[in-house]
Amino acid sequence: MSFFTIVARDVRLAMRGGGGAFLALAFFAMTVTLVPLAVGPDLKILSAICVGLLWVAASLASLLSLDRLFQADFDDGSLDLLALGPVSLETLAFAKIAAHWLTTGLPLTLLAPAMALLLNLPARGYVALICALAIGTPAISALGAVGASLTLAIRRGGLILPLIVMPLLAPVLIFGSGAVRSAIDGLANGGFFFLAAFSLAAVLLSPFAAAAGLRLNLGT
Amino acid sequence: MGALDTLRTDGLALARGGRIVLRGLSVTVRAGEALAVEGRNGAGKTSLLRAIAGFLEPQSGSIQLSFRDGAAVASGEERGRFVGWLGHQDGTKPQFTPREHLQFAQRFYGRADDSTNALNRSGLARLGDVPAQYLSAGQKRRLALARLLACARPLWLLDEPFAALDNEGKTIVRDLVAEHCARGGIAVAATHEPLGISCRTLQLA
Repeated sequence: MSFFTIVARDVRLAMRGGGGAFLALAFFAMTVTLVPLAVGPDLKILSAICVGLLWVAASLASLLSLDRLFQADFDDGSLDLLALGPVSLETLAFAKIAAHWLTTGLPLTLLAPAMALLLNLPARGYVALICALAIGTPAISALGAVGASLTLAIRRGGLILPLIVMPLLAPVLIFGSGAVRSAIDGLANGGFFFLAAFSLAAVLLSPFAAAAGLRLNLGT
Repeated sequence: MGALDTLRTDGLALARGGRIVLRGLSVTVRAGEALAVEGRNGAGKTSLLRAIAGFLEPQSGSIQLSFRDGAAVASGEERGRFVGWLGHQDGTKPQFTPREHLQFAQRFYGRADDSTNALNRSGLARLGDVPAQYLSAGQKRRLALARLLACARPLWLLDEPFAALDNEGKTIVRDLVAEHCARGGIAVAATHEPLGISCRTLQLA
């Protein structure tokens, strides 16, 4: 099926040299490792900022790899070819988002518990952290795709892209880290539902917005 | 939908960046014909190709692709499903080998010719497993040609097909376009040099 053909192509491209799948992962690991060096080894402080820090680092790491989403294909003419394929631009955008998540969001989610260990995350938080990242990171890829599709034709669009996407990610950060913190404190946890609702809406609606952005840029 | 019948534009006007580059273009290309689009820089050759491919919405006028069985396609995105595209960029990925490019293309667009055969025809027989980052500009162009050949698309849109190609490569383009037309396909090529095969010429003012 064409959808999976695109996903497989993008995942393979990302895994090859220069594809940059590991860049986000390395950035995430470096940021999280550097913070204790800067803040100091006080375990109380570290476990207090752990959840927020992991979320911020994960979203920054995802942002870093957003230009891979459409820009590379736009620059070398591949996007024209993909747009002429048997699927709609909406499906194409959805496949690209899926591939981006598989090579960015998913590895970040899997790496996060190890990083949390460095920051002294309380034991009750691990399952919640993994669940929250697994639910929230697709929204980052999806909203990122909207920004990436809009900034295609801008030279050095990589700089303006985070400015467009970051504000859209505020709900993910708020509900995502809120959900994990309430799990740690053993409080009633509505954050997961809000996070899931926001993520679902972002993943379902973003392909349409991203396709509109692609259409705009293919026509110039 | 069966075999192609005609590609027709009617009173077509195209704009890029808010500026009209082309107006009042009415042209009909029948199945089996090649159309060479000539004109000075900025005359709207690429815009015309992008409009036919469905990327660029016409300001006014229409483009229609019709088939032998009477079916017709007027929407740009639907028309794109029949287009074999050789843009002025080759759309090659540095990490993939030519063979991988063709495998993806065949899985995605549908298969016409055997990929080894397509590589042989375009003169890349010995480079099938070399990542495209090590190919020269002309070799990448040949890879884009091989992709056209490997996929079953009846309407070829070629933007400067001779760019970066040596004499042998240019001969390959001519042969491929002639064969494509003989099979009942349509080819529209924007070019500065004569296409070198029997074709109609459209001069853009």
